[in-house]
Amino acid sequence: MKKGLISVLASVISILVGLLFGLLLLIIIKPGMAFPKFGQMLTAGISSAPKLAKVLYQAAPLIMTGLSVAFAFKTGLFNIGASGQYTVGAFAALACAIIFQMPWYLCLLAALIAGAFWGVFPGLFKALFNVNEVITSIMFNWIGMMAVNLLCMNIKQDGKLIMLPKAWISGNGLTDRTVSLSVANPNALIPKMGLDKLLNSNYMNISIFIAVAFAILLWVILSRTTFGYELKACGSNKNAGIYAGINAKRNIVLSMVIAGAMAGLGGGIYYLAGTAEYTIQKALLAMGFNGISVALLATSNPIGTIFSALFISYIQVGGETLQPVYAKEIIDIIIAVIIYLSAFALLTKTIISKRIGTGTANANDKLGNPIPPEELKGRKAHAHAHGNKQKEGENK
Amino acid sequence: MIVLADVISATIIFAVPLLLVAMGGMFSERSGIINIALEGIMIIGALAGCLMMRTLNSAVTSGALGSQLAMLISILTAAAAGVVFSVLLAFASINLKADQTIGGTALNMLAPALAIVISWVVQGQGQTTILIPTWSRITEANFGLTMKSQFLQTLLFKNLYLTTPIAVLLFAAAVVLMYKTRFGLRLRSCGEHPQAAASVGINVFKMRYAGVLISGFLGGIGGLAFTLAAGAGFQSSVAGYGFLALAVMIFGNWKPWSILGASLFFALFKVIGAYASSISFLPQFKGVEGVSTYLYPMLPYIITMILLILTSKKSRAPKAEGIPYDKGMR
Repeated sequence: MKKGLISVLASVISILVGLLFGLLLLIIIKPGMAFPKFGQMLTAGISSAPKLAKVLYQAAPLIMTGLSVAFAFKTGLFNIGASGQYTVGAFAALACAIIFQMPWYLCLLAALIAGAFWGVFPGLFKALFNVNEVITSIMFNWIGMMAVNLLCMNIKQDGKLIMLPKAWISGNGLTDRTVSLSVANPNALIPKMGLDKLLNSNYMNISIFIAVAFAILLWVILSRTTFGYELKACGSNKNAGIYAGINAKRNIVLSMVIAGAMAGLGGGIYYLAGTAEYTIQKALLAMGFNGISVALLATSNPIGTIFSALFISYIQVGGETLQPVYAKEIIDIIIAVIIYLSAFALLTKTIISKRIGTGTANANDKLGNPIPPEELKGRKAHAHAHGNKQKEGENK
Repeated sequence: MIVLADVISATIIFAVPLLLVAMGGMFSERSGIINIALEGIMIIGALAGCLMMRTLNSAVTSGALGSQLAMLISILTAAAAGVVFSVLLAFASINLKADQTIGGTALNMLAPALAIVISWVVQGQGQTTILIPTWSRITEANFGLTMKSQFLQTLLFKNLYLTTPIAVLLFAAAVVLMYKTRFGLRLRSCGEHPQAAASVGINVFKMRYAGVLISGFLGGIGGLAFTLAAGAGFQSSVAGYGFLALAVMIFGNWKPWSILGASLFFALFKVIGAYASSISFLPQFKGVEGVSTYLYPMLPYIITMILLILTSKKSRAPKAEGIPYDKGMR
């Protein structure tokens, strides 16, 4: 049996158990409504064309943040900072659209660059000072969100606060969000190419195709280029990579830059859809954290992120139908359970292979790279150590 | 002067959750398990503690139960909930040898969602904030005192909750446990070289379970302490404090006294951010919007980064942390 198929099967089992857990929760909370609501939740995403459009609309940025996390995972880095990179990317796109009146593709480019810039810090600090990238990313999530808020509130052009609606629409005193793009610069909206008419929904545009194209691009980089091979080698065993002449420090920084660029672009395509404005608030944007779920469910495979993002978007759209009888956060519980189960994917995969009787259990490490059984025995886990562990490893 | 008293007392109350949670993280990581789930553990602890306060509210207001006894019960509930939740991490990372970071991330996602769902179930549809009763605070009246000096009154009683003295006791107990007992030595050895520890008859599984469960205990209380400090009631979030505690632990170099210093330091910067507008020597940036809501609150995070970079050379993590224990590996 093929490794890929076993991976998919393990994910499917995790999903089924997660959904079952969700159903159980619904039954415990309010038994009478559990089954109809659960059914509604499962079918909402395909119940009508506009709902399907919404699934695709949310899946696009999810694919991007999922790619961001997945790409960093492949290099042995945990990019928990996708949220900050996403926010900074969104700001760059909106600033280019509103202040500089640029067309949509330049705005997306700006989002990409801004996200990449925000990814430099965790990468650089890890490479130069050996500061754990998890901590740096978390700090830069908050710094990024607050900086973006400050900029949105303060950027002035001709004495007007240009990012806010009141500079554009007289009488609109809203200060908690940016101006709608359809007012400020309709050219910055991502083209719809008739898809909105096809699915009868304003949410629909070509962003899902952009996201899929990037997923394929990253897959090609990772599995068909020397650069991708070097990145993966560093991810599986940094010291072996260094020994083989790979510049590990450069790869760490580059990997985080690419990861940041993906998340930043995600922010761009979400806010250039023209259906949501950036709201100034004190909480980190959830899209970045949902990217972690997407990447884990896809076992960090770029092509897999397309499907896992579609799945997560699908049940999130379904989750809205649970309200007001149940809290829609039940969906988050289901996703969390799925991720928890996929944390011991290795175990699940071993069981599947044994059941099917192929004999060899094709173990995957958490990055989704297959590990030969003989290596698995003597393998030292590597990534995510705080502090100087790896440095000391070199001195041994 | 009153501002100074304000700042000191606010610093202490914000340092308490950081200290407790970072100490929890220390126990887990010194035993060899990376505990990124501290944020989730805090949320579950705070949820359980606040629900217990809510349950006991009528008994306290009618005088049947002493207010601080009720607080003690709530704190113990928070600790117990933290322990139960941390079992999930221990089970995945010790028994099933799962990736500790992923398991922890899953628990961090689970906790706030679970908290919202449970708040709904208990309080009714859409009611996500659990209010904190006023009797939870320790006042002069609890001691039968009346303070003449307003400075002392602010310093001692403006932000005093039972969690503060308990945190001091727990800190002392943790230091003794870690460095003066056989248990502490064994725990630390499991985080450095578990195979060597096992070769002299130490049960690595048990030790790591102990480390994670202690982190659940301290993290749960820390979550409640944070909610009390934040003051606006429990809203299914601890605002990233679990992650900040993780940074405090690393900055504190996985050692109790350094962690104590680090948590006071971080809390001070957090409070300076919050009180910036009433501290006269800080620049106020006239004409800039959002200085007190976004500019100064950025300070603790930036300082954290700078300090982590400056101290990274001296940083020394437990050697075996993050590596599932494998008996056959030497």
